[in-house]
Amino acid sequence: MVVDGVFKAYESGGRKVHALDRIDLTVRDKEFVALLGPSGCGKSTLLRIIGGLIAPSAGRVLVGGAEVKRPGPDRGMVFQSYTLFPWLTVRQNIEFGPKEKGISPSDRSDISSRYIEIVGLKGFEDSFPKALSGGMKQRVAIARALANDPSVLLLDEPFGALDTQTRSLMQELLLDVWEQSHKTILFVTHDVDEAIFMADRVVVMSARPGRIKKVIEVGLPRSRDYQVRTELAFLEYKRIAVDLIREETIKTMSLGAASGEA
Amino acid sequence: MEDPVQVRTSPERRRGLELIPRAPISTRLYMALGVASFAFILAVWSLLTYTGMLDPLFLPTPTKVAAAAFNLLAYHGYLNDVIVTVFRVFAGFFLAVLIGVPLGILVGTYKPIEAMVEPVMAFVRYMPASAFLPLFIIWIGINEPEKVAVIFFGSFFQLVLMVATSTSSVPQELVEVSYTLGTSPSRVLWRVLLPGAWPAIVDNLRIILGWAWTYVIVAELIGASSGMGFMIIESQRMLRTWNIIAGIVSIGILGLVADYGFKWSRSALFPWAD
Repeated sequence: MVVDGVFKAYESGGRKVHALDRIDLTVRDKEFVALLGPSGCGKSTLLRIIGGLIAPSAGRVLVGGAEVKRPGPDRGMVFQSYTLFPWLTVRQNIEFGPKEKGISPSDRSDISSRYIEIVGLKGFEDSFPKALSGGMKQRVAIARALANDPSVLLLDEPFGALDTQTRSLMQELLLDVWEQSHKTILFVTHDVDEAIFMADRVVVMSARPGRIKKVIEVGLPRSRDYQVRTELAFLEYKRIAVDLIREETIKTMSLGAASGEA
Repeated sequence: MEDPVQVRTSPERRRGLELIPRAPISTRLYMALGVASFAFILAVWSLLTYTGMLDPLFLPTPTKVAAAAFNLLAYHGYLNDVIVTVFRVFAGFFLAVLIGVPLGILVGTYKPIEAMVEPVMAFVRYMPASAFLPLFIIWIGINEPEKVAVIFFGSFFQLVLMVATSTSSVPQELVEVSYTLGTSPSRVLWRVLLPGAWPAIVDNLRIILGWAWTYVIVAELIGASSGMGFMIIESQRMLRTWNIIAGIVSIGILGLVADYGFKWSRSALFPWAD
């Protein structure tokens, strides 16, 4: 996946907002990359551009060699807000994509059963989303994105609304799923620990206009578990990232809080 | 060991009617309160009438009204009036739904259709259907089609706007997520917008049916020779207050039944909705 000179500006309330400035980024196959930055740095905007939900003002995104023009099933997305279809059961939600592809009911059922197993939701197949907790909803959302067998998985602060305990379990679950399925993952977060714990590379973004400030190669061995977080090497990466983010957050705050999140 | 932070979270004083905003109550209490408020109205009514505080011509006693209702049903073919009125309501309402729901869905889904249709709807909506009565009588006459037209006119425009709002209220994130799952723009209506909007549309229907009932009575007050509204206006001429009240109460009962029908079918059809 290649992000090539992406630039994004838009009008908001009569003011021109310069959201992204010449973003160049190459994500290797099966790589796990975290986009880390303070709120308002345009990281979600970048993810939505890659997802094809919004168009860049200049530049382009290539996924598997083809230019992104619109959203498509090759790029699965998971959002922070719970976006399950409330009228579908867990199983039906997961089968939504395969059904759009025209896969037969029995094959669909095999696919959903497999992912229900992977995300640990056995026994909840026929529940409606309103009966699920936030963590369970996001597990369904991840399963739903994966069931479509995308080449890239884009996650926009997927665990942002979860409590700390659930969040760290979900991070481990996502790593497990990633190691089993070996998808390319781009993960947006403002949580430094989360980024370092999960990613091969952490792309730190600057405050508006969003630029790539620094790319941190996380050399921690796989498979990682929660104990990694207290190791010296982890803390060293964290120190570097925290310093970078802090600098940007201070910049954003001095720019005034009026601009809001992109 | 004692917990240092003791927050009183309730259990002790759960008895009695403690008013906590939005706190749920038991089904039994809910029903009891509903019955109690009807009983209260009946009690005030009884107090005002049986004691002779009010002239019976002004407000008759509950027993007098009950007797009038029985009399109407047994000897004056009131059941036929009820059937005629119910038929008119459903004919007008059904026509409005048949055209209004699909149109409202399109308005709420496609901006060009919204741009074409919505301003006209919003304009006509403010023209009171009752003011069109004389015109409808000139145009259509005083037969059934005129009655149905009044009800249609009174409910259609509102319905279109309400259904449009319900459809456009389906969260945009669900539309976006369906695109990322491979849904094409032409299928989003069927796969996301419609299933997401149905419960709200059923609520719209429930509200609009109430309006259809209002308009049927309006239509029957002028140029009708049957129906519940006709009975009411006839009773006014004869100063039979008890019949008027019997008529109004029977409309209320039918409305209540329809309302609960809608509520029940909503939860039966959409178990997933809140």
